[in-house]
Amino acid sequence: MIDLIRIHTGDIIFNILIILVKTAVVFGVAMLHVAYATYFERKIIGHMQVRLGPMRVGYHGLLQPIADGVKAFFKEDIIPLNADKPVFIIAPLIAMFATISSLAVIPFFDGFVIADINVGILFLLAMSSLGAYGIVMAGWASNSKFSFLGGLRSSAQVVSYEIAMGLSLVGIMLMAGSLNLTEIVKAQQQYWHGMFLVPQFLAFFIFTVGAFAETNRTPFDLPEAESELVAGYFVEYSGMRFAFFFLAEYVGMIVMSSISVICFWGGWTLPPIIVNTFPFLGEIPGIIIFLLKVYCYLFLFYWVRATLPRYRYDQLMSLGWKVLIPLALLNIVATSLIKFFF
Amino acid sequence: MTKTKDALRQRELTINMGPQHPATHGVLRLVLEIDGETVIKCTPYVGYLHRGTEKLCENRTYLSAMPLMDRLDYISSMANDVGYCVAVERLLGIEPPERAKFIRTMMCEMTRISSHILWLGTHALDIGAMTVFLYSFREREWIMDLFEMVCGARLTVSFPRIGGIRNDVSQEFLDSLYKFAEEFPSRIIEYETLIDQNRIWLQRTKGIGVISAEEAVNWGFTGPTLRGSGVDYDVRKYMPYDAYEQVDFDVPVGKEGDVYDRYRCRMEEMRQSVRIIKQCIEKLPKGPIMTPDAPKFTLPPKDKVLKDMEAMIHHFVMLTKGPLTAPVGEIYSSTEVPKGELGFYIVSDGSGRPYRMRLRSPSFVHVSALPRLCVGSLVADVIANIGTIDVVLGECDR
Repeated sequence: MIDLIRIHTGDIIFNILIILVKTAVVFGVAMLHVAYATYFERKIIGHMQVRLGPMRVGYHGLLQPIADGVKAFFKEDIIPLNADKPVFIIAPLIAMFATISSLAVIPFFDGFVIADINVGILFLLAMSSLGAYGIVMAGWASNSKFSFLGGLRSSAQVVSYEIAMGLSLVGIMLMAGSLNLTEIVKAQQQYWHGMFLVPQFLAFFIFTVGAFAETNRTPFDLPEAESELVAGYFVEYSGMRFAFFFLAEYVGMIVMSSISVICFWGGWTLPPIIVNTFPFLGEIPGIIIFLLKVYCYLFLFYWVRATLPRYRYDQLMSLGWKVLIPLALLNIVATSLIKFFF
Repeated sequence: MTKTKDALRQRELTINMGPQHPATHGVLRLVLEIDGETVIKCTPYVGYLHRGTEKLCENRTYLSAMPLMDRLDYISSMANDVGYCVAVERLLGIEPPERAKFIRTMMCEMTRISSHILWLGTHALDIGAMTVFLYSFREREWIMDLFEMVCGARLTVSFPRIGGIRNDVSQEFLDSLYKFAEEFPSRIIEYETLIDQNRIWLQRTKGIGVISAEEAVNWGFTGPTLRGSGVDYDVRKYMPYDAYEQVDFDVPVGKEGDVYDRYRCRMEEMRQSVRIIKQCIEKLPKGPIMTPDAPKFTLPPKDKVLKDMEAMIHHFVMLTKGPLTAPVGEIYSSTEVPKGELGFYIVSDGSGRPYRMRLRSPSFVHVSALPRLCVGSLVADVIANIGTIDVVLGECDR
């Protein structure tokens, strides 16, 4: 009996250790990605806008993100006098941890996922909506009218776009017959093109728009609209707390890109038709394919930011409720009917 | 219990937008009362950039008041200078020579392009289109370099003089300017591809800040802000000064009087400016750049001052007393600066200094109409409206 327990606890400890190592790896890689996502955003947008972007720190500004991090870390941490102090402190942490925990269920390549849970998609959706609490709380606790408006806008925006985004993923769930992200990727291998993107193009469109709104990126960056609300919900934040929000936004972008890659682009797999034609391509590690796809998707975020103006609050709402949600519902009905009859 | 009731009472949220705010273009301050996102009341406050230009002019000679004019609308200093010179010339009853007139016209149109480019960039940035801003600054830099070529200064030029211009332009400058005029229309197309057909841009600008032609006239709008409402009024066309009579150009007018039409008007105006610049270069006559009466009104050249007794005395008198021949009387003279109609009302008591100088600045008039444009719209539209009336606070708070 004791032996049994010992073996069992050994197993548990071993498992916990594995999970810890995996977590550390994912966290480290993700943080590095976040740092360089900011660098590439500045570089890409810079070149799109006929300028160079960061050039001073390191070769072509390569050390810029590190310098930024150090700067944010050593900045004075200012809490406004009339702020709701505990909430003010918790808000950026909620925003950051909610998005970072999303990384736990994302399969980066075959068999590599920290928590292989059966309700992966639901977990992701839940976490991304938790992030909105951070924004709302930051807007409220700052005791500033501009932050307050930003927080309000954010809550309205996230609520309306989450519905559309969640509904768009229902199509994927129907196609894959599972909520587990690994299963979803594997289900896409049945097609010659190896992607749900082709049958679910409508869902992909809705999801992409929703992802932009969820991460508060242009053209849906109303919560932080710098020309109207100065910086919106984080106008009173400085130093590391500000960096947390920044981090949350970029991790959010990476998470959204990952969901999109997993649900629509076939995750870490290449389309079977390509692999069958050029078998050597099947030797490429899954993580590289996955990351390349994520980078393409991140590029889309940057590209859109350099191109589009910002929506107005009511236009954003009407787009969400009058266009995206009906389209998502239509997609669900169409997918179900096709699934049912064929 | 009563306390809870009080706490639950609804009231509007008052927001203080500015004077330090990224979208209020300088130091404009708006106090907005909003209900949700809808603006109930909008009160503009001006005066944060007040430097007393009008009063300062009373203590300066006509010539030495010129640098103050640079700093009115610092985006388009050349046009202000020309407007001021035209006003003083009309007061003194002198006429600059043809060459000077053409060069001034050319400079005014360069200023118009530079001002409209800056307007376009910041307006687009306010609405969230960031790239237009940087594209337009690329061309603005080009114009600034051209200004530098001709007078050494980029922003506050003080280039025209009463009765002419300070120095002649070189052939090299004319060639570069012509190259710019050839190239620039393709750049306008570039800006337009970025925003003109963009659905978000159209949604943000069409039907926003609508003002009818009649109301626009009653509010005293001028310039592109008025023409966007469909009123065909341009000082260059109807009260021509300098060489505007001798060049051929159209006055673009809008129809709806919304933000989009005003945007279209300014874009077309830039094309017309290019047309005028080209004609000015082609028709540029040879000849003097100062009127023969000029020695009475302008400083003699520096090298002469150092060698020639007469010139030195003249220089001294000019700087201490001003031209002695300014007739007693008053004059109102207006010119079309990029923002609208800039008017100078000068009262002369016969001395070398204006007895009173009053400026009619378009920005001040336009700011006064902000409540009319903003009330009932959303917070985001306030930003679009501030952009569309194209205010520069230096001119507003003279």
